[in-house]
Amino acid sequence: MAQNIVGQNIVEIDNLSFGYKGRLLHKGINMAFPKGKVVAIMGGSGSGKTTLLRLIGGQIKPNEGEVRVDGEVVHQQTREGIYQLRRKMGMLFQHGALFTDLSVFENVAFPMREHTDLPESMIRDLVLMKLHAVGLRGAHKLMPAELSGGMSRRVALARAIALDPEIIMYDEPFAGLDPISMGVICDLIRTLNDALGATSIIVSHDVKETFLIADYVYFVADGRVAAEGTPEDLQVSSLPFVHQFVHGEKDGPVPFHYAAGDYKQDLMELDP
Amino acid sequence: MTRVGLLVRLARTLRNIGHRFVDRLWRLGAGARLFWLTLISSGESFRRPWLVIREVYSTGVLSLIIILVSAFFVGMVLGLQGYNTLQRYGSSEAIGVLVALALVRELGPVVTALLFAGRAGTAITAEIGLMKATEQLSAMEMMAVSPVSRVIAPRFWAGVISMPILATLFSMVGILGGYMVAVPLIGVDAGAFWSQMQANVDWRDDIVNGLIKSVVFGVACTIIALFEGYDAPPTAEGVSRATTRTVVTSSLVVLGLDFVLTSFMITV
Amino acid sequence: MERTTIDLWVGVFVALGVAALLGLAMKVGNLTTSDIGETYTVTANFENIGGLKPRAPVKSAGVVVGRVGGIKFDPASFEAVVSLNIDKRYQFPNDTFANIYTAGLLGEQYIALEPGGDEINLKNGDKIAQTQDAVVLEKMISQFLYNKASETTAPAVAAEKQAESTETGDDTLGSNPLDNLTAPAK
Repeated sequence: MAQNIVGQNIVEIDNLSFGYKGRLLHKGINMAFPKGKVVAIMGGSGSGKTTLLRLIGGQIKPNEGEVRVDGEVVHQQTREGIYQLRRKMGMLFQHGALFTDLSVFENVAFPMREHTDLPESMIRDLVLMKLHAVGLRGAHKLMPAELSGGMSRRVALARAIALDPEIIMYDEPFAGLDPISMGVICDLIRTLNDALGATSIIVSHDVKETFLIADYVYFVADGRVAAEGTPEDLQVSSLPFVHQFVHGEKDGPVPFHYAAGDYKQDLMELDP
Repeated sequence: MTRVGLLVRLARTLRNIGHRFVDRLWRLGAGARLFWLTLISSGESFRRPWLVIREVYSTGVLSLIIILVSAFFVGMVLGLQGYNTLQRYGSSEAIGVLVALALVRELGPVVTALLFAGRAGTAITAEIGLMKATEQLSAMEMMAVSPVSRVIAPRFWAGVISMPILATLFSMVGILGGYMVAVPLIGVDAGAFWSQMQANVDWRDDIVNGLIKSVVFGVACTIIALFEGYDAPPTAEGVSRATTRTVVTSSLVVLGLDFVLTSFMITV
Repeated sequence: MERTTIDLWVGVFVALGVAALLGLAMKVGNLTTSDIGETYTVTANFENIGGLKPRAPVKSAGVVVGRVGGIKFDPASFEAVVSLNIDKRYQFPNDTFANIYTAGLLGEQYIALEPGGDEINLKNGDKIAQTQDAVVLEKMISQFLYNKASETTAPAVAAEKQAESTETGDDTLGSNPLDNLTAPAK
């Protein structure tokens, strides 16, 4: 478990293996997420990045190995234990996942109403503060259907930080956004992380934005950590996979052609 | 086709059938598990009745129009058809009994259940399926809130409460429909209509049994709708197939349960 | 939609449902006429109860005054023992007749109580002494035919009896049915 950053780890993934029906998605993954840092998990589509977030959140159990949050092994917890752990986490889902039957205000108020006994006046203040932090205080009466993609993601971010979590997880936060919204989210992730003193885990394949804000990056390929390091290290890395990914090259360790037979043979073959 | 080819086709068909049968068994088990989970997660529904009330509005109140209009038409048709046959035996004054018994015992609970499955059941399935597809249920889980107790259980109890109410309203409006046809239209004596009905419709054997049926149908239809939504693959096609399955499965289960319940009730 | 509007509509919905249920109970069903009051139980023995079922009405002067409770068979006397649950409001004298009649021509059977003149009334657990069995259709028909036959002259009777026996080949058209019907009921 190579560690280049100083600081106590709030999440640790130890020799993790996970898969379905005989096909392993993760084969012995080791990762560490120190407190207060922004760590990114990157890799191609289908490499199991989002699944790692689910494993940390206890939604699925690993086949082998351990995921530890704050020293506790996640999959060994009771239902109550998992819920306690989750209260320290906030998650931003890929498309926001706002509750469509509740307004923006009620969406952000949801975790507060469920887990605290705060009076309504206090909840109102807190909700407006969170919305202000993401710049959407004026939109608190709108319904999710009335929001644009960028806006709904920001509301979801406000909801994710509603209870001031220690760990904030982002599932593809930049996917499908216009440049302005991307810039906004990028800035918010870093600012909120530092303001809350939290640890952020970003799953993304957006190299430019992620490298701007991440303190450390893990590259996942073939079910293993193919490379890790600070963005500066990886930018100049000579590892072929990292190079292809960072520079967006068409062909390399990840091949351009899907597995197929001989080209000439295919063309020459008569219809069966 | 060669003999080998035929055998291969046959084997494949059998394996298909076997696979589908096993799949149905699995779904039955998963559905039963969800039912059990819903029951034990119902604490929240009782502590926060507003959740249930909101769902009663969606499933019950919004189904009123279709139920009442259908009931009126069904009652009127019963009146017409019944009169047509009864007057041949000089028993046209028994039209009230015919309409009332047919509705209270059978048509009220069963037709309401079928309409409920079509209107409210599909709405529930689509809603839950969509919530699953847009990761709202996952988000709830990650916020340490059990989606079963917050989303599924309130809808279940709302369905169980709405169904008997709708079925009773169906029977009542149907009887009114039958009355409309029999008395003002055809000219059957109003007094005979009601008095024969009162003499022959028994509170316990007919009305209460009809109520019991509608509660059972409510449980069945609602849990099927909830399960199909919860289990649907999170794609557009998955959700649409799930809604179709809700209607088909609910209808078959309701009709089957109707037979079972009726056979119990008739012997008692 | 506002919280309060939904609440209102749901309240209306449930109220409608309850009202419909009450409507069904009162107007459509026989809840108002069923025995909601307290009852006392008396028994009556019959040789033949015909199609009498439990919960069949017990009427007097055509008005429902109670319900049939249970029907048992007494292996000692080979008779049917019927329990009658009579509304406490109505008292009947000790020498009341209990008859099994049929409602309408082919309707369900019920018990009709014809009061006697005794000053002492029936109490809970008493037994009604005078009963009349249900009319069995076949016996009624054979009685009718027998009556018709006995109107003509004696040889004709004998000849017809022969003819009937051979026609139907039925042994019940022998000499016994008449006797049973005209024998005093126990």
